[in-house]
Amino acid sequence: MKTVSAGGEAVLEARATAAPAPASGVALRRLWRFKWGAVAVFVMLLVVGSAVLAPWLAPYSPITVDIQHRLGPPAWMDGGTRAHVLGTDQIGRDLLSRVIYGGRVSLVIGTVAVLISSTIGVLLGLAAGYFAGRVDWTIMTVINVMLTFPFVLLALAVIAVLGPSLINMIIVLGVADWPLYARVIRAETLTIREREFVLAGRALGMSHLRIVFRQILPNLVSVIVVIATLQVARVIILESFLSFLGLGVQPPTPAWGNMLGEGRVYMLNSWWIATFPGLAIFVTTLAINLMGNALRDWLDPHMKV
Amino acid sequence: MKGYALRQLFQLAVVVVGISMLVFAILHVIGDPVLLLLPQNAGKEEYERYHKLLGLDKPVYVQYWKFASRALQGDFGKSWYTDTPAFRLVIERMPPTLYLTTAGLVAALAIALPLGVLAALKRHSFLDNACTMLAVAGQAMPIFWLGIMLIIVFAVRLKTLPASGYGTWQHFLMPAFTLGAFLAPITMRLVRSGVIEIMNMDYIRTARAKGFAERRVVVKHAFRNACIPVITVLGLQFGQLLGGAIVTETVFAWPGVATLVVDSIRNQDFPVVQCAVILLALIIVAVNFLVDMVVGLIDPRIRVG
Repeated sequence: MKTVSAGGEAVLEARATAAPAPASGVALRRLWRFKWGAVAVFVMLLVVGSAVLAPWLAPYSPITVDIQHRLGPPAWMDGGTRAHVLGTDQIGRDLLSRVIYGGRVSLVIGTVAVLISSTIGVLLGLAAGYFAGRVDWTIMTVINVMLTFPFVLLALAVIAVLGPSLINMIIVLGVADWPLYARVIRAETLTIREREFVLAGRALGMSHLRIVFRQILPNLVSVIVVIATLQVARVIILESFLSFLGLGVQPPTPAWGNMLGEGRVYMLNSWWIATFPGLAIFVTTLAINLMGNALRDWLDPHMKV
Repeated sequence: MKGYALRQLFQLAVVVVGISMLVFAILHVIGDPVLLLLPQNAGKEEYERYHKLLGLDKPVYVQYWKFASRALQGDFGKSWYTDTPAFRLVIERMPPTLYLTTAGLVAALAIALPLGVLAALKRHSFLDNACTMLAVAGQAMPIFWLGIMLIIVFAVRLKTLPASGYGTWQHFLMPAFTLGAFLAPITMRLVRSGVIEIMNMDYIRTARAKGFAERRVVVKHAFRNACIPVITVLGLQFGQLLGGAIVTETVFAWPGVATLVVDSIRNQDFPVVQCAVILLALIIVAVNFLVDMVVGLIDPRIRVG
């Protein structure tokens, strides 16, 4: 079974870019992308900064209940107060503070899960591409099996067994997401393996380990960085979704996903509870994606990611 | 063609076996079915009894064999919650999921085809840039949040569409659009790059040289050929589409397999989760196989290579 997904699209895209086009147009387009990349970096600095500095920035504690002021609308609406800029939730917690703190969970899970999955994926991808033959067949079969599952379904199946918690979430997302890296790294390794410097290394009697890690891996760093960046956004969305269903980060820990899930119950009268955490997820993932795209253009515009 | 079909069929068989092993492993290696089944305060003897009752004292391969041979006969055990066969529960919920998936695919194509073709023909124009921006935003969008925002606007505020449920065509609109928005960005980019690539081909120049109207060149010559990679990748994206349907169902309380899975996870009803995961994976594998066959028929180069 062939598995063409994000990769297939990018190949087409790369080929399309390679086709003759007005040079100034392409340059402008790249510049335009870089501009957005800069904006994205700025937004991410804000998001990460506010998550790190949450205890100093947030006006209230994210878990302090204040029943008297429950379901308060945002400041600019009738009945809103300056004390709670984004309003309060169903038990009177300050929404702004919870959105600020909620970023911590998403960013930590996103980063750690991506570190785990990229490590597994890169190692297996290198092994499959370098050793070829039976190793390759085995690893590719596993990859095909795992890619058959929608990521969501696999995560749900594992959560069903492990039970919902922050640590389990990191494990699930980290372990379920490696095939993507492995597939790309394998393909790249297959081509690099035939290059002169690898052949020279082999002729000089270098060990397999040294060839793989000293000669092949350094050539793959930019690909890995780009995929990993883009995957952080995907993992954050998936984490939010699982928390939204109540199968991820458990309340009262503020996470964008579980806030959205709680807010859904109150959307009839209090739209803001579900709106702002979702907006936070959207802005963050958008910024990460733009950053990833700019990074790809900067490192190698023809990269097949 | 026969050899190609057999090769694909063999791979299909390998993937199916792999899927059954993976699902089996999730239950038996990561989790302990006895712990899932028994209440938390159950004693040690009770545990031992169930351990034996479920056949968990036998070697793993014996257990897997039993599991696989039963599954082949459509026997996935009984629901621990309702005591009805898991297979029947899942099959009953399958049609709504498949309808939603189809509706989402149609919505995605309705958005992506015209925009993708226009963007390709007016490359680097304002429209093209706007489409690219829309695609980037769409890829970052958490669709469960999009769904909730749609509900707030169209069901709560404007009261024009039902917020959730299933039955009439109105019920389809918001879920289909939500799922469509999930798949449209990647489809649009594919169509765009496909058309761009083909517009640079020699036969397009020939068609123009013959004096055909531009509209005819685009519709008859370019678009049709651009469809092949789009069909391939869309077919292989079917798993992603189904994953999106899972997310969409939970937002709109759609009575499909995904809501069943989520409810079953909450009820710790593992046989149902297991059965649903396997059946969904089988559908994906089957669709991928069909797509491979169709593409092989359309484009002889693929089945040889």
